Amino acid sequence: MLAYLIRRLFAAAVMLVVIILVVFSIFFLVPKWAGVDIATSFVGKQADPHAVAAVREKLGLSDPIFIQVWHFFKGIFVGRTYSAGGDVTHCAAPCFGYSFRSEQSVWPVLTDRFPVTLGLALGAAVLWLVFGVAAGVLSALKRGTIWDRSAMVIALGGVSLPIYFTGLLSLAIFSYGLNWINGQYVPLDQSFSGWLGGMILPWITLAFLYAAMYARITRATMLEILGEDYIRTARAKGLKEQVVIGKHAMRSTMTPILTMLGMDLGALIGGAILTETTFSLPGLGQAVLTAIKNQDLPIILGVTLITSLAVLLANLVVDILYAVIDPRVRLS
Amino acid sequence: MTAPLHEPTAEAAPSAAEEAAIANAGDKAVQGRSLGRIAWERLKRDKLALTGGIVVLVLILVAVFAPMIASLIGQDPDTFHETLIDPLFGTPKGSLGGISGDHLLGVEPVNGRDIFARILYGSRISLLVGFLSAIVAVVLGTVLGILAGFFGGWVDSVISRVMDGLLAFPQLLFIIALVSVMPNEMLGLSGSSVRVFVMILVIGFFGWPYIGRVVRGQTLSMREREYVEAARSLGAGRFYILFKELLPNLVAPIIVYTTMMIPTNILTEAALSFLGVGVKPPTSSWGQMLSTAIDYYDSDPMYMVVPGVAIFITVLAFNLFGDGVRDALDPKASR
Repeated sequence: MLAYLIRRLFAAAVMLVVIILVVFSIFFLVPKWAGVDIATSFVGKQADPHAVAAVREKLGLSDPIFIQVWHFFKGIFVGRTYSAGGDVTHCAAPCFGYSFRSEQSVWPVLTDRFPVTLGLALGAAVLWLVFGVAAGVLSALKRGTIWDRSAMVIALGGVSLPIYFTGLLSLAIFSYGLNWINGQYVPLDQSFSGWLGGMILPWITLAFLYAAMYARITRATMLEILGEDYIRTARAKGLKEQVVIGKHAMRSTMTPILTMLGMDLGALIGGAILTETTFSLPGLGQAVLTAIKNQDLPIILGVTLITSLAVLLANLVVDILYAVIDPRVRLS
Repeated sequence: MTAPLHEPTAEAAPSAAEEAAIANAGDKAVQGRSLGRIAWERLKRDKLALTGGIVVLVLILVAVFAPMIASLIGQDPDTFHETLIDPLFGTPKGSLGGISGDHLLGVEPVNGRDIFARILYGSRISLLVGFLSAIVAVVLGTVLGILAGFFGGWVDSVISRVMDGLLAFPQLLFIIALVSVMPNEMLGLSGSSVRVFVMILVIGFFGWPYIGRVVRGQTLSMREREYVEAARSLGAGRFYILFKELLPNLVAPIIVYTTMMIPTNILTEAALSFLGVGVKPPTSSWGQMLSTAIDYYDSDPMYMVVPGVAIFITVLAFNLFGDGVRDALDPKASR
């Protein structure tokens, strides 16, 4: 188990370094290849050459990419000072870069936005797991019935509806039309009920999309497993149907579901860009979108890293859970 | 959904008619049924999938003939109709977003462009990106998957790690980032064409591991089969075995994954345009219409419903068809 854990951790660390290199290449090499000067994009459209030169020196943009990556890494642990001539900007550790566009360090932006996105992702995940998996299992057990048919038709509709449409629709109906819900985001530390009110629509619309996906996968997996020999053996042993389904079949069904959950949850925690845009939630996704529109590279870089980290961590947790659920994994 | 291939027949003594039929069949010599034939027969029985397929066909025709259809109803996507807009609120005059005999689906708020014409032209972007990015993904996925599965060893290790890595990447974010750093003009293209080109490449690039994994797995299990052995013993070269022996047997899973990938790609294109990194205005795209509709969800809800329903119908049709194709091609699949 320990060796397995160490191997997984090592793989995750390697992956993170690769991601950082790729992100750097996207933002620093692609523009160069395309003939766009990054320093200019930091200063703005009507940049005077002095300002551009100052930015280039300050950010070390003329250094080779590996040196730049190294400075970035070092900044995360010991902080970083940008200086050009007499102009000095300090960025305290953990320094994930400094946004010269919005004149602030990236790290506080990340910590400000993170709780919103985390709350959105976790709340929705609970909903979609409960309803999606339950619907999938029930459909598989009652295969071919009217329940199964209607659940699967709804699920197929669900995976075909983009969240930026269902979200707007639910806002128009429940917030504007029926006036049931305020629809405005309120931070958790200001008012719990206000926070719940603001999150309920995003949770439900996001969970609906994923529940539909999970119901389809759960049903397909469950049907496949119910045809396996060991289920027949369990039944032949005279086990109660609840035990056969609940213990034997569910355990195998959960393995692919967990893989999906790890990926989906990781991706969402890193910024549910579409949901946050639709509902104007001030999370990481919205931060990165604003940053992209302003060409605020340091913030894009910071959020991308956090996202990748979230995906990696979620996958790591899933891999560990795997070992718990599926005893065969421990041996490999 | 799909009926069993052989209906259980009552075990009665064969009647004279049946015997005649059997005798007849004997005369004509038994015809083998190819996989494609079997799949088609199954697909024909799946009403939902057929409906989906027909809708897909209609959508393709609409996209191809969009300019003709638009001029037939006397509208184009770029003409402003400010007279139809309420100057106070900026929303269309009349009920339901200004639907009228001239403007079948109403007009846009503020500038009054015809929504029907914009939906028609938007379908071109959606389908173009959806199909072409799927082709990019299929070509990359098939070639790399088959190489990984057939050669094994370090080739397999490298390709598999790259696939794992790509699947673990936060894709939407990377696509947004990549599209946004691309210059406005490249390779002789400019404006929206650049965006469309980049979207096709990037969406396809992030999509190939899904197909690659399946192809690799299938190749792995097939390269040890007797027919491959037979080909090898007859002196067939590696590439002959790869492309003449293995590839034809991979066609079914590749078709299935391609049909399932197209709707996902259409949704990604719509999402990118919704987020403002897709095609540039005034080129119309469904996702972009939805993103402008955010500001009018309370005052002009029809403006958001029309492109939303367009995306829904398109993606649903592809999904229905894709599910049907999967069931028809996979003998084990059961619905």
